[in-house]
Amino acid sequence: MTYAFYPGCVSRGACPELYASTIEICNILNISLNEDVLKGASCTGAGVLQEKNQRLGDTLNARTFAMAEQAGLPLMTICSTCQGVMAQANDRLKSDPDYLESVNNDLKEEGLEYRGTIEPKHLLWIITEDVGVDQLKTKLTRTLNGMRLAPFYGCYIVRPSSVLGLKENPERQRALEQIIEAVGGEVVDFPGKTLCCGFPILTTNQENSVNMVANHTIDAKDRGADAMVTPCPLCHLNLDGYQPNASSSRKRSIDLPIIHLPQLIGLALGISPEKMRLNKHIVSTKKLLSEMALTP
Amino acid sequence: MEVKINVRRYSPESTSNVPHTQEYLLEMDDSSTVLDGLIKIREEIDGTLSLRCSCRSAICGSCAMRMNGEAGLACNTKIIDVMPHDGTPILVEPAGNLPVIKDLIVDFEPFWSKVKNVEPWLQPEGEEPETEYLAPDEDMLHLAGVVSCILCGACVSDCTVLEVDNNFLGPAALAKSYRFIGDPRDDADSKRLQNLNEYGGVWDCTRCMKCVEVCPKGVDPMGRIMSLRERVMEAGHTKTNGARHANAFSESVKHSGWLDELRLPIKSFGIFNIKAMIGLIPIAVRSQIAGKRPPIFHKSIPNAKNIRKLFEKIEGKK
Repeated sequence: MTYAFYPGCVSRGACPELYASTIEICNILNISLNEDVLKGASCTGAGVLQEKNQRLGDTLNARTFAMAEQAGLPLMTICSTCQGVMAQANDRLKSDPDYLESVNNDLKEEGLEYRGTIEPKHLLWIITEDVGVDQLKTKLTRTLNGMRLAPFYGCYIVRPSSVLGLKENPERQRALEQIIEAVGGEVVDFPGKTLCCGFPILTTNQENSVNMVANHTIDAKDRGADAMVTPCPLCHLNLDGYQPNASSSRKRSIDLPIIHLPQLIGLALGISPEKMRLNKHIVSTKKLLSEMALTP
Repeated sequence: MEVKINVRRYSPESTSNVPHTQEYLLEMDDSSTVLDGLIKIREEIDGTLSLRCSCRSAICGSCAMRMNGEAGLACNTKIIDVMPHDGTPILVEPAGNLPVIKDLIVDFEPFWSKVKNVEPWLQPEGEEPETEYLAPDEDMLHLAGVVSCILCGACVSDCTVLEVDNNFLGPAALAKSYRFIGDPRDDADSKRLQNLNEYGGVWDCTRCMKCVEVCPKGVDPMGRIMSLRERVMEAGHTKTNGARHANAFSESVKHSGWLDELRLPIKSFGIFNIKAMIGLIPIAVRSQIAGKRPPIFHKSIPNAKNIRKLFEKIEGKK
């Protein structure tokens, strides 16, 4: 199946390892990515632009949807925040024909029109729903037996549940766990898995943000996790990048690698850790990989 | 049907006053609510169980508590909807982020003091009209959702910021503030917005949407907080990290089509904020070493001029 690929800003900026690992696993899983269709697509606004002007944010997203629609391709995201912001915009556009019409009026100049047929879909759901966990299992060359993994969804891929199709697709609430189990890992459940990582308030209240990092990583670690896996690069940036701050604020070692979803799948597909840039993390993955007899 | 409910218990008078869970086994109907179950426990099994409830119809807002980890009203939550399929009991706990008095009863004092902090009453200026203060219907429509708030505290219970910081005004008080700032008859906007711009105000929200999800009345507290941010900036409060962040983000997308991650934090803190610039050094060094530094030269997306045109067109409409 071919998708119009929307990599988002972060996978082309501070998380190049997310981009690299996505390309690697999609090759093996026969998920064909068309990167040209959305080359001229903008940032979703990430909820920040929407603070200033929601109408503007919705227009930018309608523009992206129109590009995918014109190419006749479904849209794939690899960032929970992009997923959530797009789903919210899509909900507003689809539920109000007058609003959609006025947004389309602004897109006319570029020869674009959004007809409301796109459902942006995160790689996580594409794997569990379009590829299927059983199909994924047939491609595995290595089992991650014994690796204890804490899922971390964050916010934007679970809330608001009404616009993310969680009611129609209840299995989405266990999508990460399904994948962890499929690759032979052991799920380490913890209550913080669907709470905020703290990233959005990093510049406004770093102390609160770091406290959130500390709470989640320490809880997962104390429940026995070897690593945490997330479908959101912003959660990764905070939980990985600010873990040293969390560690010093709580005066204890945490040392919990934060793995991107495609990196986890890639390990089980036999892709080398270097190709997925697992050495490009702030919290080292060395120990984790050596326990699996892999080197970063 | 047979129902197992695990209730979080705590009694300050008990000799062993540590919180613990107690399991109750009940026979309930398919249509029963969690509150029906709790009342049955109190009346038929264990009279020592304490809880608040009054109207049993999702109007009074007294029975907000956590069911399987998520806040809601016990009176409009059906047992069948929260009963785990694997046979494990339903976990019922007191609302979060507020001190527990006994069992499922929490102390609402911190909640009320934050609501009072936003001065939740109409403050009009000028001469008093002879009859009532009138407002056009269309100016009041956007308040229809927010006036539905029953002050149950579900949003406060599950607020992810309050978990780490008691100083945050929180979703209920901020939504209440919006109710008056958005009221055309109120003339205290300037003072109110100044207050919300302070530490603990609108900029501390993480946009996690927990409050939106658990609110039993569709108040959308986070949506109100985002509208308040917009109003705070429009009122000229642009020298906070939050406002600078929103402006720098918007500028980056406007001019290049996407986010310049390298410059965003610098612009959010303000380049002349020496302390903050020094504070960025450790993460900058860590990112550099790990090869995670965003590109120094931020390239625009193809046809970025089209994005700029859209910005100009839509910002102009505002």
